[in-house]
Amino acid sequence: MIVAALACLCPKVAHAQEPPYFVTYSHILEEPDNLEVEYNGNQSTPANTNGFVSSTVELEYGTRAWWTTELYLSGVSVDNDSTIFTGWRLENRFRPLLREHRVNPILYVEYEDHNDADRSLLEVTGHDTVSNLTVSNAEGRAVKERELELKLILSSNVKGWNISENFISEKNFNEPEPWEFGYAAGVSRPLKLTASARNCTFCAENFAAGVELYGGLSTTEDFGWHGTSQYIGPTIQWNIPHGPTIQASPNLGLNDNSLGLLWRFRVSYEIQQFTNRILHPHGGN
Amino acid sequence: MRPALRLLLLTLIFTAAALPSHAQSKDHWKHDVSATDRARTNPLAGQLAAAEAGAKLYSEHCSRCHGDDANGRGKKPTLRGTDVTSAIDGELFWILKNGELIHSMPAWSQLPEVQRWQLITYLRSLQVPAAPTTSAPPQ
Repeated sequence: MIVAALACLCPKVAHAQEPPYFVTYSHILEEPDNLEVEYNGNQSTPANTNGFVSSTVELEYGTRAWWTTELYLSGVSVDNDSTIFTGWRLENRFRPLLREHRVNPILYVEYEDHNDADRSLLEVTGHDTVSNLTVSNAEGRAVKERELELKLILSSNVKGWNISENFISEKNFNEPEPWEFGYAAGVSRPLKLTASARNCTFCAENFAAGVELYGGLSTTEDFGWHGTSQYIGPTIQWNIPHGPTIQASPNLGLNDNSLGLLWRFRVSYEIQQFTNRILHPHGGN
Repeated sequence: MRPALRLLLLTLIFTAAALPSHAQSKDHWKHDVSATDRARTNPLAGQLAAAEAGAKLYSEHCSRCHGDDANGRGKKPTLRGTDVTSAIDGELFWILKNGELIHSMPAWSQLPEVQRWQLITYLRSLQVPAAPTTSAPPQ
């Protein structure tokens, strides 16, 4: 609804040029003063517990060309249970090197305030496994997690390909838990590199495809793969010219600790020069 | 002082020192272009189809800041000025790839190379004076 309302208010929108990842971040930041409004959903029906649909609304704003801020609001709807708000996150991404290099680092800092019912799976760290998803909403909402998440994002653009790697560390300050680690990596490419002269909705240049791999790396006490969940998934993105970007991916669990199949879906609108539109609704500056 | 704290302090000082040096280069970005980048030439130069595709890309990515007619908007510069007209292809390619992040010009490295050349072909087409129109009525 928020996306639809903003779309009505701001008819001139553009599609984002971000790679088609759900978990992995690249070094592509939001353009200054652009606001991207996203709905990010995932769905799964685990074998031994209730199915769920998790929804996250994301507001991503280009504070500077080298600094992007993002707010996440998440909720979950669990079969035979209830639908609840699960928490929020505030994220900042900084680009310390102001020129393009072979490998471009981005520093990511996020504060998370959510409960244990959260199933957004925006990242996987530590020993996050399918057993965490068996908790009921009533039990889960009673357990608060206030976490600091740090990421080192490394990303390259090479001959139309994007290659990105993220190293994730996370610390829950509500419990005496060790630092948890995780990773995400992705490779993607537009289906066609050359833009066509005519306006077209279904041209290959408007589609991008890739593969994403992510999972936990345990904690400071037992760093490694043991007892972690791991996922891989192809991903496809459709940039509708002067319209929204639509993205989907089936993620496959790679071990018994993972969900067997997790569907991910995202729709996003990028509103160019957001504050400028508010300050000068009839054009001008 | 603890080593971690010292490292953090050094990082902050380094960052603070680095930012003004970028700020000073506002009108001198061309000095940052390497000889290799400067030597690049536009493989699509003068091609009408490339200019038309570039116009479409311009409308999607650039017009909101630089204006529909590329004459600039507010503090965002014109792309018909001497900064662009005097720049050679390799320099324009470089600024599209790297941007001027400290001055709000984003990097467009995520656009495939060929699309950046299409944009440059379009920008060059803006510099070609329109053909004179004849006032004589057809015979």
